Amino acid sequence: MTVTSELNAPAGADKTAFAGLRRLFFQNESLRGLVLLTPTLVILSITVIVPFLLMGAMSLWTQIGFDYTDDWSFRNYGIILTEPLYTTLLLRSLGMSMAATLVTVMLAYPMAYFLAFHVQKNKLIWLIIITLPFWTSYLLRVFAWRVVLGYEGVINTGLMEIGLISEPLSFLLYSKSAVIITLAHAWAAFALLPIYVSLEKIDKSVLEASADLGEGPVMRFLRVILPLSMPGVIAGTFLMFIPTVGDYVTAALVGGPDSRMIGNLIELQFGTVDNWPMGAALAITMIISITMVGLLFMVLSRLLKRWVAA
Amino acid sequence: MSDQDTVKRHHFHKANRSLQAYAFFFMFVLYAPIMFIPLFSFSSGLYIRFPIDGWTLQWYGDLWERTAVLNALKNSVRVGVSVAIVSTILGIFAAKALVRYRIPGKGPIIGFILLPLVVPPIIFGVALLLMVNALGIPLSLYTIAAGHIIICLPFAIATLLPRFEGYDAAMEEAAADLGENSWWVFWRVTVPIILPGIVASLLLTFTVSFDEFVMAFFLGGTDLTLPLYVWGQLRIPRAFPVVLALGTLILLFSFLLVFLGLRIGRRGAIKLVDRD
Repeated sequence: MTVTSELNAPAGADKTAFAGLRRLFFQNESLRGLVLLTPTLVILSITVIVPFLLMGAMSLWTQIGFDYTDDWSFRNYGIILTEPLYTTLLLRSLGMSMAATLVTVMLAYPMAYFLAFHVQKNKLIWLIIITLPFWTSYLLRVFAWRVVLGYEGVINTGLMEIGLISEPLSFLLYSKSAVIITLAHAWAAFALLPIYVSLEKIDKSVLEASADLGEGPVMRFLRVILPLSMPGVIAGTFLMFIPTVGDYVTAALVGGPDSRMIGNLIELQFGTVDNWPMGAALAITMIISITMVGLLFMVLSRLLKRWVAA
Repeated sequence: MSDQDTVKRHHFHKANRSLQAYAFFFMFVLYAPIMFIPLFSFSSGLYIRFPIDGWTLQWYGDLWERTAVLNALKNSVRVGVSVAIVSTILGIFAAKALVRYRIPGKGPIIGFILLPLVVPPIIFGVALLLMVNALGIPLSLYTIAAGHIIICLPFAIATLLPRFEGYDAAMEEAAADLGENSWWVFWRVTVPIILPGIVASLLLTFTVSFDEFVMAFFLGGTDLTLPLYVWGQLRIPRAFPVVLALGTLILLFSFLLVFLGLRIGRRGAIKLVDRD
């Protein structure tokens, strides 16, 4: 019985005790797929899931001197919710990310529109040129804004050279607006690409139909293109908002005392302050608040969609 | 036909000029700040300011005399190459599995793998730091590489997925029918077809790792990578010229690799589609 089945097995199959297992492996599609996925999933479980669980556990500990007490309590979360410093930073981070996201989505939309509808030749090159900076050193791109906005930076010394100002504008660097501008610049591709994809997907015949029905360019944009590209706008908003809330490099390099973000506070807990349980609790609070804002935004956009459709 | 032309003219040409101007303005704002780094790297002044008094290559020369820079470069390349190889190999298996086989829970699995694209890297860095510390593993280039693999895997898989979608599984089956075992089918049929994707994935993941800062910041030990070295120098205003020179080289190198990666990754895909 086994001999015949082994003879029937595909050429090259080993005649070992594993033959049965091998046959199962080759016959069962999802099993083969899962086996191929296993290394990736195992590595991600070890490097993502386990650390997250650990972070959750640690956020319930308390730092005392150089040691932790491992009696479980929500003390850290209590402090975060009641101390004005923490809530201020958290709300400020959410607000600054929202501002940067809003600016970027509005500035990126016309660019995405241009790419989708007006570029016929060399579209690939355009896309590559737009995305190119975003693959490269985040640190250097943020530093570049320090060069531009600095007290003795490009804008200040440039304007003084032309004679438009007599002394440097001190509000350029180390301010909230500096952080917002830099964030908007550094993450623009995250907002642009989804918008571009959704615009590119719009069936051109829909536009022709609307033109045939006598709609002008403005109405066509408002009633056809904009609604059809909303999924991209929403995706772009999420893709940009979520990572920027946790950013700490930008605020550290171009921000001032009034523009420190929650990421800087987390970094401090693992650095000079050395209160890891509090850092873990802050990180988790940040994830929860991002999720809450995200859900709120989703509900609002659903309501808006229903309201527009009605 | 003529109707279509009118629509096209209407639609594609009316707002054209102002939109085009906006597009060039957008590109200018995108690139101008970055371009000041190379510009000032050739300035002979110690400070970044206009007017530029004179031009020099001195800062580039200084770079070669700093062993710390060369060490950091060596470390970054070591981490980058290992991360690129590991995440591309994992990416090949995962992309093949996701395209070829019916897997229960495919959606959530893809979402989970792509998560690091969106979640702030500080979260992963901190979480991984906690685990590494709890296990008593010392911080080193290895822990940085582990962090980078999380970030690079989504890029590898996203680059490789279209490759597997773009070709006919029948070719693998034909090879198998002709008596090749599965390893040889993979090596002699699958790999050559997806090769552009593999090259693109290697180039892109290498660059992402090479330029990555946040993970390295939390997971790095005493051995610095280049971004960590740059970060350290940013606190010293006198070091700015050398940072500018180093930054210029890093940007040039990264732009080149990413451009190649994106070109190779896409170009091959178009060719495959054309053949069908």
